[in-house]
Amino acid sequence: MARRVHPRPPRASRIRTPRFLERPGIWFNQHLQTLIETLGRLRANPVPSTMTVAVIGISLALPAALYVLSENLRAMAGGWDQTAAISLFLDLEIDDRKAADLAERLRAWEEVARVNLITRDQALAEFRDLGGFEDALDKITKNPLPNVLAVYPTPEHAEPERLAAVQERLLDLPEADFARMDTLWLQRLQAILDLVQVVALLLGGLLGIGVLLIVGNTIRLEILNRRIEIEIMELVGATAAFIRRPFLYTGAWYGLLGGLTAWFLVTLAILVLQGYVSRLASLYHSEFRLAGLGFVDTGSMLGAGMLLGLIGSRLAVNHHLQGAKPA
Amino acid sequence: MIRFQNVFKRYPERGEALSAIDFEIQTGEMVFLTGHSGAGKSTLLRLIGLLERPSRGQVLVNGRNLGTLPRREIPQHRRQVGMIFQDHRLLPDRTIFDNVALPLVVTGVHPKEIGRRVRAALDQVGLLKRERATPMALSGGEQQRVGIARALVGRPPVLLADEPTGNLDPDLSREIFELFERFKYVGVTLLIATHDFSLVSDLRHRTLTLDEGRLTRDTGAW
Repeated sequence: MARRVHPRPPRASRIRTPRFLERPGIWFNQHLQTLIETLGRLRANPVPSTMTVAVIGISLALPAALYVLSENLRAMAGGWDQTAAISLFLDLEIDDRKAADLAERLRAWEEVARVNLITRDQALAEFRDLGGFEDALDKITKNPLPNVLAVYPTPEHAEPERLAAVQERLLDLPEADFARMDTLWLQRLQAILDLVQVVALLLGGLLGIGVLLIVGNTIRLEILNRRIEIEIMELVGATAAFIRRPFLYTGAWYGLLGGLTAWFLVTLAILVLQGYVSRLASLYHSEFRLAGLGFVDTGSMLGAGMLLGLIGSRLAVNHHLQGAKPA
Repeated sequence: MIRFQNVFKRYPERGEALSAIDFEIQTGEMVFLTGHSGAGKSTLLRLIGLLERPSRGQVLVNGRNLGTLPRREIPQHRRQVGMIFQDHRLLPDRTIFDNVALPLVVTGVHPKEIGRRVRAALDQVGLLKRERATPMALSGGEQQRVGIARALVGRPPVLLADEPTGNLDPDLSREIFELFERFKYVGVTLLIATHDFSLVSDLRHRTLTLDEGRLTRDTGAW
């Protein structure tokens, strides 16, 4: 206090409000600063931050994993010919020529779009290729397989009930041994996959609300913890937007980091499962591999996480930061 | 610069805190506001800083009627009015530098300019060397001076101080008042609430006295 420095005269021009052209720069600077500062704050309290991020990550990982599962099943099911409708197994005494004649007759039916004859020799060769039965087949001298007609119905007759009628009619043929509907199990699988996806969606919705609540509550606590700081900032002339900003950024960070955690969890699960799936697939002579989260999937998951974080913090901020008093 | 017109402030739980207050303070005046505790000094300051609105009457600062100031312009108003509190209102987990910088940070001043102006303000209160310390490491008088530096760093035309020397010994109090006098000479309008009657009579500035919410004495300009 010994020094006598004369303060400068505070003319109005000295309390300079930023000139118009400087504003975007200041705006950008403030946002960048807040962006870094809020991340720093999360790092400064690693335990609670990590816990919040982990909860968000797990919440996002569950529906994401279900989605990946259903996508993989779909890809697997897509490998089969979905149009094959009814396999008509003929009596063993029906030879290739008779079978071809029957196929010709069936082509005339109005329910039938086309018919493929799979001769017993073709079937045996195919069977041999499919794998797993080579030893057994080598021991068999006589081909045990019947001729088969793959009957493809017209689209009008493709739905289950009408298909069943076609099946009945085919079975009434004297040459028929039995008929199997190939699409039925595919339709069932399809229905299951649809169900899984709806479940994933519902679960995603519920857990999304959970994420909103988690972020909202975390931000609420943060606001309460920093009550004094907020009050002082209001006293020295901080705008409502300035006070809100760090909380919104914190929420967005939580969401983004949660999304990254979810990506990590799902990817880790796929890596663990990949070996088992490959082994299983190789037993079926398949090259099938689990597909992970693609670029778009990852992007939308991170985006969704960030958006949820932002909305959650926005809710908390709207509720707990009323802005400068008095109203 | 500051004008009160028939101002009343009534609190639902405490009754009338201010009644029929009328006065005007010119730009560059240094005015003491005295009275016993509970006389309404703090309430009066809070009305000028727009921490509260009057129940009746009008408060004008720098020609603007605070009653008609929309809420979104409150921050702008507070930047024109530096406030110093008896309990300092410092952030305990921030350095002295960061505490003083706060009004500039919220205004969006460039970081380089913030450094320059914060150091100038700390220099004026003689705390330049303590900028890296936290408030807890400072004495009461030093903390009060940090509060003063924060109030003046934005170079507001109006400074309000609520019992700025409440917890200080007489020598420190005198130093702080001498600091305020220097601001007066450069055109800052100061309104200082204090119940340190001996100091007030020594320093010979215009004095407003409140008694149970009424303005009982105005010495006029010296």
